[in-house]
Amino acid sequence: MNGQRGSAKGQEMPDRARASRRAFLKGLGAGAATMIALDLLEGAAATPARAGVATAPPAPPPAAPPGAPSAAAPPPLPAGATENLLLRMQEDLQRAMRKPGHERRWIMVIDLRKCVGCSACTIGCIAENRLPPGVVYRPVVDEEIGTYPHVTRRFVPRPCMQCENPPVLPVCPVKATYKRPDGIVEINYDTCIGCRYCITACPYSARYFDAGDFHTAGTPAIQAYERAPNHEYGRHWVRRRNASPIGNVRKCHFCIHRLDAGMLPACVTTCIGQATFFGDGNDPESLATELAVRPNVVRLKEEMGTEPKVYYLL
Amino acid sequence: MKRVFWVLWAAAFVAGLAGVVERLVSGHELAAYGSYVPWGLWVAVYIYFVGLSAGAFLLSTVIYVFGVKRLEPVGRLALFTALVTLLVALFSIWFDLGHMSRFWRVYTSRAWTSMMAWMVWLYTAYFLLLLVEMWFAVRADLARRSGEPTFLGRLARLLTLGQADLSPAAMDRDRRMVRLLATVGVPLATAFHGGVGALFGVIGARLFWHATIYPLLFLSSALASGSALLTFLTAFWGPGRGTREHRELVTLLATISLGLLVLDLLFEFAEFSISLYATIPAAVQGFLLVLFGPYWWVFWLVHVALGALAPIVILAVRRHHPTWAGVATFLIAATFIAVRLNIVIPGLAYPEIQGLERAYIDHRLTFRYFPSLLEWQVTAFVTSLGIALFALGLRVLPIVTVHPREA
Repeated sequence: MNGQRGSAKGQEMPDRARASRRAFLKGLGAGAATMIALDLLEGAAATPARAGVATAPPAPPPAAPPGAPSAAAPPPLPAGATENLLLRMQEDLQRAMRKPGHERRWIMVIDLRKCVGCSACTIGCIAENRLPPGVVYRPVVDEEIGTYPHVTRRFVPRPCMQCENPPVLPVCPVKATYKRPDGIVEINYDTCIGCRYCITACPYSARYFDAGDFHTAGTPAIQAYERAPNHEYGRHWVRRRNASPIGNVRKCHFCIHRLDAGMLPACVTTCIGQATFFGDGNDPESLATELAVRPNVVRLKEEMGTEPKVYYLL
Repeated sequence: MKRVFWVLWAAAFVAGLAGVVERLVSGHELAAYGSYVPWGLWVAVYIYFVGLSAGAFLLSTVIYVFGVKRLEPVGRLALFTALVTLLVALFSIWFDLGHMSRFWRVYTSRAWTSMMAWMVWLYTAYFLLLLVEMWFAVRADLARRSGEPTFLGRLARLLTLGQADLSPAAMDRDRRMVRLLATVGVPLATAFHGGVGALFGVIGARLFWHATIYPLLFLSSALASGSALLTFLTAFWGPGRGTREHRELVTLLATISLGLLVLDLLFEFAEFSISLYATIPAAVQGFLLVLFGPYWWVFWLVHVALGALAPIVILAVRRHHPTWAGVATFLIAATFIAVRLNIVIPGLAYPEIQGLERAYIDHRLTFRYFPSLLEWQVTAFVTSLGIALFALGLRVLPIVTVHPREA
């Protein structure tokens, strides 16, 4: 029952839990403040942050309103707060963000024993990245075992694997997709010509084509939430006809824009069962690394040699 | 008959033009391909027409490089066919791009590892070579015409680019240039179309495409379809129709087409049989889709029955008759689109991860694909444009001439 550090199944003492929840809410507030600040500063603040990942240590986060704790360099969390897995991962993340980009190696661990197939991560991702119809970065695959009515089901969330050896890179005719120093496979929306060759080359079907659809097309008005910008790759993208990201290939990017703001990917924070873990694979102290080295781990299509950075716990 | 054809042509062109306008305005919203089957009819139409182009061109090199004089009367027709079909193909693939205005990036990005980039560079070189070779092949005839006070005379004068020299030395230079360009064209066209096959073959994630035979199969299918198209065109629009020479020419071309078709079917059988007997189900899936999937008839009825068996029977017994030979080779050339569709779509139309299609329901996240009206319209447009260019070329350029020995 004592909250053992690093245990995925750890339980908190009630008073500690309250304290850590308060700290977590504070953290969320800081994150939101950061996002608002990012919005206010427009591309000016976001663009250097993006460049900084590739070349230099992360840029300091934009100033937060006085009184709110800074997202990137938080004051020491209250004792015991790390027993909250989300807080621990956020701490791991912020520690990783203080390193130069090429020293980080983002990994994701998904505990299939905990996944109940609620698809909250799928929807959280769609909301975060304002994904249109036909584009879904993290579907939850629903596998049926047995024959009706004696069926059981298994759920396998499928984000981008951020392969160490991505088969999609060599096929791009315009070098619009590449691996960042921190291991995330990125698409440059400004150079992608939309030929969709990379979609055919991905063995995980993790790449999607933005054909320009809107959820509210055919209704009296396209709703404002579909016209609002998303913040992918630290920029502001408004979906308009014949303008990127419409006509581009799109994919999961581990929410780079949130990482830059010291926040965990949307799928991690929305998971109702805390089945998704995220952290720096180059940091042996991080929760994600602790889980990824367990013996009951598999990766999808491992025999292909793509070296996915998404690990599944069985 | 002619009138009916042109009425149909006009209908296809107008409907197609409407589709093109719609495509330019609304992007890909009305296309049926999506994220799981990301390529559709337009890609199939593209590889269909580049196949016709490479096949027609390689046949022309038999004349200009290997000196087969008996085929000389169709040399320019072969070159012109290669040029028009290439243009149609490029239009089709251009409309398929997510960002049409960014195509130039392929020339500036230096993506050496991408087969698609190589293909674009190679077809650009091939296109330029075709233009120049075509010009040298017709320059003398244009020069002869340029004195006439008619529209065609003035056009000819313009197209000679001031090179109206008809001396034996100039004509000899033309012949040598054509020969040189055709010689360079053999490896270029082989690399280009083999490269189209390699574009699919290198995709290790799709076992249906990932076959060493792909570049070779693309070459054999280009030769089979391209020679069939050229035979069909020669049978109905070739030089000296009704004469013994024409009949002999068509018979020879029909025999070549028959041989190349059989060679192509042999390669196809090698590919299908090896894959169907593969002991890993994942390697068999795409082939099962082709043979027994929802569009089984595209393979069995269009390709096997109309595109292979029927023309083989007709050519075996009636190839000495230009009309029959023309009909049979038309069947081969026209139904070859079935082969192309069966390369592009079955390679994509099954899930790489079981259950993916049920994970999130959306009309673009499905493994069933049938071209939308817009896709048919754009295809009608590029095809009718090709027909118009071809008809126009026959009328205003010295492509089909009665003095065949003056290549």
